[in-house]
Amino acid sequence: MDKPIRVLVAKPGLDGHDRGAKVVAHALRDAGFEVIYTGLRQTPEQIAKAALQEDVNVIAMSILSGAHPHLFPKVVNLVRAQGQEDVLIIGGGVIPDSDIPALKEAGIAEVFTPGTDTSDIVKFINENVK
Amino acid sequence: MSNEKIQAGLEKYNASVEKTVARFPERGNLPEQRLYTPLDVKGVDEYVEQIGYPGMYPFTRGVQPTMYRGRFWTMRMYAGFSTAKESNARYRQLIASGATGLSCAFDLPTQIGYDSDDPISEGEVGKVGVAIDSLADMETLFDQIDLGKVSTSMTINAPASVLLAMYIAVAEKQGVPASELKGTIQNDILKEYAARGTYIFPPRPSMRLITNIFEYCSQNVPKWNTISISGYHIREAGSTASQEIAFTIADGIAYCEAAIKAGLKIDDFAGRLSFFWNAHNNVLEEVAKFRASRRVWAKVMKERFHAEKPKSMMLRVHTQTAGSMLTAQQYNNNIVRVALQTAAAVMGGTQSLHTNSRDEALALPTTESVTIALRTQQIVAYESGLADVIDPLAGSYYVEAMTDRIEKEAWEYINKIDEIGGAVAAIEKGYIQKEIHDSAYAWQKDVESGARVIVGVNKFQMEEEPPKGLLKIDASVGVAQCERLHAMKAQRDNAAVEKALADLKAACEDENENLMPHILNAVRTYATLGEICGVMRQVFGEYEAHVSL
Repeated sequence: MDKPIRVLVAKPGLDGHDRGAKVVAHALRDAGFEVIYTGLRQTPEQIAKAALQEDVNVIAMSILSGAHPHLFPKVVNLVRAQGQEDVLIIGGGVIPDSDIPALKEAGIAEVFTPGTDTSDIVKFINENVK
Repeated sequence: MSNEKIQAGLEKYNASVEKTVARFPERGNLPEQRLYTPLDVKGVDEYVEQIGYPGMYPFTRGVQPTMYRGRFWTMRMYAGFSTAKESNARYRQLIASGATGLSCAFDLPTQIGYDSDDPISEGEVGKVGVAIDSLADMETLFDQIDLGKVSTSMTINAPASVLLAMYIAVAEKQGVPASELKGTIQNDILKEYAARGTYIFPPRPSMRLITNIFEYCSQNVPKWNTISISGYHIREAGSTASQEIAFTIADGIAYCEAAIKAGLKIDDFAGRLSFFWNAHNNVLEEVAKFRASRRVWAKVMKERFHAEKPKSMMLRVHTQTAGSMLTAQQYNNNIVRVALQTAAAVMGGTQSLHTNSRDEALALPTTESVTIALRTQQIVAYESGLADVIDPLAGSYYVEAMTDRIEKEAWEYINKIDEIGGAVAAIEKGYIQKEIHDSAYAWQKDVESGARVIVGVNKFQMEEEPPKGLLKIDASVGVAQCERLHAMKAQRDNAAVEKALADLKAACEDENENLMPHILNAVRTYATLGEICGVMRQVFGEYEAHVSL
């Protein structure tokens, strides 16, 4: 049997809205992934550290406060700098379409906006995880 | 008409329906019962006791005797973004457009007690609300707004004492005494642990801060609503209508118990407690929820706390339309959703209302979107007729039966929470969070299976251009805010700040001391929010959330 895919669901920044993060975490677990949820108010450094400690394949971040242009790329840089080149990093939340190209440029593999089916996230992870 | 006669007719109807249903199956996801009759509601004998009259116990029909026939609800638009100067301009524009109260949104660093130059604030300054670091920002925020006239609601919880102190200090400078100030602080920490996330301190010192505020305001700021016990965020986090009012009323019970334990008398503070409900999509269920919540709270106050003043038993409520029901897809459809939610809040008898803007699933709203949202309230008020008579849906077999059902479900939860040891214990054990999450997950699964239709999201989708002209908060806002903060710190009397902070620290360490006067003194010296909360963090520590899925 293959090792299950390990996913870190993370809430960077000060935003306390975690309905989406928890629903996604729950759906990923139901899809057979091993899911670790960080809880609220994580700094990029804490998220990168958790990703290393937990040896995850995927980091899925959620921000609804508008701090994503600052925080998402910071996490990517820290994770890559600690040698986790293959970790798939995705994001979601209230993110205007116009911000998405810059986030992808910064290394966010995909951005999931309001109204996304959790099954689409599962599918994306299955198809893109290394 | 006798019940037998109604029963006989109902049986005849049910028999005829069987044949129709066999040929035309009904849609899924509907209320179990298709038709309501006089058999589903209380008899005339119970009318006075359970439904009664507006302004009279148990307040099912509303808290004021004349409701909107006297004056409409307060049209209070929640706003705040970027800097104090920009938010001040938005407030003045709202007042000029006919808004009748202000409602301040603060950015996340402010809500969690950090200054704009704290490393943890990076990327968040001015994003979801206005950045307030010190009294200087608060002076700018209310520049040319007469605090003796306007009523102001502030969505602030963990550092509510500090922001209230700043408001009092601004009023002093305007020559308005604290006794004249009207408004509300949210100040509801329990739902922060359960659903919203902007907590700072652990529950025990947080409850102390809240009871300190109750006590201070009862003596010094008597017209101020000292707390807005909020179901709004519990519903946004995914709860059902019954859970929304049940968990919130359980929180309300916990605050009353804490205040009584601190030596306050129920009738001295209960009249200043206010509530905050969500106006969700299902119009009739929402109306029933508002009605049921008033009845439950009235009974709690009278039977459990033995309140004597009618004011103590009144559930006065601010309402906001459901942000989580706005769709990013075909976002103009949200105008219609908000109009229906507004109708629900008004037929439910709210005391004030914020209507969300069509573009809020995408970004903070533009001025044009906010104006449409405010106009929605004005159209419902002046054109729809919904506000012409009091509690217009009373007597609807369906709405009365649903009011009873929601009340029953709320009591079941309240009893269960009592068994666990009250709301604080239920939150510490993760019970309330788990119940909310389970409802949220069930909702999401219904949407994904198509059992629940969201127009434009899982049905009637279409290709569309990304919306243009969304409001963006530039990163330079944070830089400029930090520069202002540093300039202010260079000008103030730093010795006075040190002294005030040392005095506050000593007060924090003495459990019998009311912290409000000490916080007010510190605020007057231009001690920053981060400095004041920093002192409290040193003494009280910080809350560690227990995460469970």
